[in-house]
Amino acid sequence: MRVYLTAARLSLRRHLAYRSSAAAGVATNTVFGFIRTFVLLALWRQKTVINGWDAADACTYSFLTQALIAPMGVFMTGTELGPRIRTGDVAVDLYRPVDFQSWWLALDAGRAVGSGMLRSLPPVLVGALFFPMALPLSPLRWAAFLLCCLVGYLVSFSLRYLISLVAFWTMDERGMAAITFAVGFFCSGMILPLTAMPPRLDSVLQLTPWAAVIQIPASVLFGTQSGGLAYALAFGLAWALLLLGAGRLLTGAARRKVVVQGG
Amino acid sequence: MTALPSQPLPDRAEPPTNPPTDPVILAEGLTKVFSSRARAGRLRRERVDFTAVDAIDLRVAPGELVGYIGPNGAGKSTTIKMLTGILTPSSGTLRVAGYDPQRDRVKLARRIGVVFGQRTTLWWDLPLRDSFTLLQRLYRIPPARFAENLAFYTEALDLGPFLDRPVRQLSLGQRMRGDITAALLHDPAVVYLDEPTIGLDVVSKHAVREFLRDLNLRTGTTILLTTHDVDDIERLCSRVVAIDHGRVTYDGSLEALRAERDLETVVRELYSRQGV
Repeated sequence: MRVYLTAARLSLRRHLAYRSSAAAGVATNTVFGFIRTFVLLALWRQKTVINGWDAADACTYSFLTQALIAPMGVFMTGTELGPRIRTGDVAVDLYRPVDFQSWWLALDAGRAVGSGMLRSLPPVLVGALFFPMALPLSPLRWAAFLLCCLVGYLVSFSLRYLISLVAFWTMDERGMAAITFAVGFFCSGMILPLTAMPPRLDSVLQLTPWAAVIQIPASVLFGTQSGGLAYALAFGLAWALLLLGAGRLLTGAARRKVVVQGG
Repeated sequence: MTALPSQPLPDRAEPPTNPPTDPVILAEGLTKVFSSRARAGRLRRERVDFTAVDAIDLRVAPGELVGYIGPNGAGKSTTIKMLTGILTPSSGTLRVAGYDPQRDRVKLARRIGVVFGQRTTLWWDLPLRDSFTLLQRLYRIPPARFAENLAFYTEALDLGPFLDRPVRQLSLGQRMRGDITAALLHDPAVVYLDEPTIGLDVVSKHAVREFLRDLNLRTGTTILLTTHDVDDIERLCSRVVAIDHGRVTYDGSLEALRAERDLETVVRELYSRQGV
């Protein structure tokens, strides 16, 4: 267990060192927060309340989810494992006396915490200066939100780990990542909150794993999640276990038939 | 760098007095076939098999320093990947340090060290020292032993000046010394060195060789070394195993190999021999 904690800690420290990269990320996330907020406000002008959310909720959702992009890995760009498979450096990781999946979870978790520390607060603060915000004050609500984020992160990691593993067969994970980026962005509620989608589409999209990554934590924070925290956690954990299990099976298959690239 | 008198190494391949010991590396009929699909017409694809390692037999006794040589693409790296448990052999039996590398991969990993000359086993963005800390946890090295080993290698390989620098800032020679330390901190019984002197300047090559020889003599660590550098073989190896097209073309002592002519000619001949 200690090896994974050390790996996560060193990974965190490494990501905290990339200050200018984080600053650039913050700027991008904030600017896109404005764009998304204006789009949502145009929608909310047609109807003052959509599925229990008013315009202030929509603004809050927009900047809050911008803040979650980096730590939650919403772009589904895989993990740092993909490039290592592509170059063959994965050979080094494969012979280590550790569990492969847990090892990558530890490294990615360090990255996520670092991103959260550097990149999550500024977009929300800047957004609050220009738009009405409706963040709850109840600490319980925030605790529930953070718990859902943790579960959502596990879902996101297990998806991205699977995407990275694809590189063992296709030699490059980027094609797969391009597809899952488009699907994931839509399904997680980054384009439009799932709750603002037509009801039938919403009810389908609420079942994909991506719902647990963005929409459900936000709904829990706003107190509008149907089924409440218990449902949110059960839903997310079920997906996380399923996808982590799939990742485990695929890791085993990769081990048996991999071709490590390069001499 | 502790220099040792350059006396010829005792031939460890066949120890004259010692009782026969169990080989630390034992391969029998070790084979690896890679399959790929090649275009065979407009739509049809055909399975093409390529035998990278073809029924290799290899026995290495504890404490041997074996040079594993052969031209590019001969199957050296593939063999080493199987010996570390990364690649699953297509057929044949394999035991390293008493373990089946595929089945007991994790247990075996704690007993072996690997240096891939062309890639680093260190973490690119971390200071060298942090890479070592991570290795301590990975291999569960007791703190006292870790401190002792780190102090020894820092001295022996002169790591002091760059121990706190990120690996990406190190020169190739410094990185290689870091990589060698990384492969040895957990006192492995077997070390695979895959072209450890590649790209190094003359002085660094010399330093690495002296160090490896000293390690082998001092600790009895078994070393399997792949290289294209004739000097590496000449200065280090008591025994040479040559492969080409996945087959062993020579296995014997260095002395026998260069009994008649100089080593470079012999190696050139081994390399240019057509596969059987």
